[in-house]
Amino acid sequence: MITAFADPLDALFNLQRSLDARLASDWLQDQTTSQGPFPPINVFQQGSDLLAIIELPGIDKNSLQIQAQENTVRIAGKKTISYPEGVSVHRRERIFGEFDRTLSLPVQLDPDGIKAEYRDGILALFMPRSERDKPRTIKIS
Amino acid sequence: MDTKQELQVQQKRELDKKEESTIPVRVFLPTADIYETQDALRVVLEMPGVQKGNVEVHVEDGVLNVEGRLDLTKYQGLQPLYTEYNIGHYSRSFRLSNKINQDKIGAELKEGVLSLTLPKVEEAKPRTIQVN
Repeated sequence: MITAFADPLDALFNLQRSLDARLASDWLQDQTTSQGPFPPINVFQQGSDLLAIIELPGIDKNSLQIQAQENTVRIAGKKTISYPEGVSVHRRERIFGEFDRTLSLPVQLDPDGIKAEYRDGILALFMPRSERDKPRTIKIS
Repeated sequence: MDTKQELQVQQKRELDKKEESTIPVRVFLPTADIYETQDALRVVLEMPGVQKGNVEVHVEDGVLNVEGRLDLTKYQGLQPLYTEYNIGHYSRSFRLSNKINQDKIGAELKEGVLSLTLPKVEEAKPRTIQVN
């Protein structure tokens, strides 16, 4: 079937719906041990590998620390906001401080293959599954 | 003040629109800091995921309107497993209390943070009046 009227808004709507459907799904259960739930994390599957997308606007890249093990990834850092002296503040909604969060995954990762990228206030963690954890096709003899 | 204060996740607030769009997509309000200096009003907005070139800023009838559009192509071929936040375009408006020199509005987008400098027009700047 051909989908007529392909609209970018439609694509966004479908994406929003699919994100909502997985909102705090039990896939990670209570495994995201942490000191507080900041920053918010979305986890996606990309082929057989995993991709975590984390919203962290306005962070100094050098203050981010990422440590990976076979099935945990720790993200720690500090967000600082400075106001020039002698200003009158009208509104202060942005939050700042230190954070430290560990993501425990129910799959085995290849810790050496993990790549992190910080761009436009988004931290993306590419987490390849370890070779021995990948599914194998079993031939029926 | 304790600097080791634990960071809390801020729930994203949605924009209340006057008119609804036919497709019920959600638009989010970027979190904002606003402060005033001697010569300008500074507005700092957090729009994670918005790239340069996808931001529009206007001032019309004393209302500042900022829109940021998200690039969805990055999400192609991704299957969500576990999510804690939703994504969408950003939009927010503020009624300005100062007269702004619209020709000199400065905007800078860095790491998902948009910083706007709205210079006040001369007559709106505070003056020190000498009492004789």
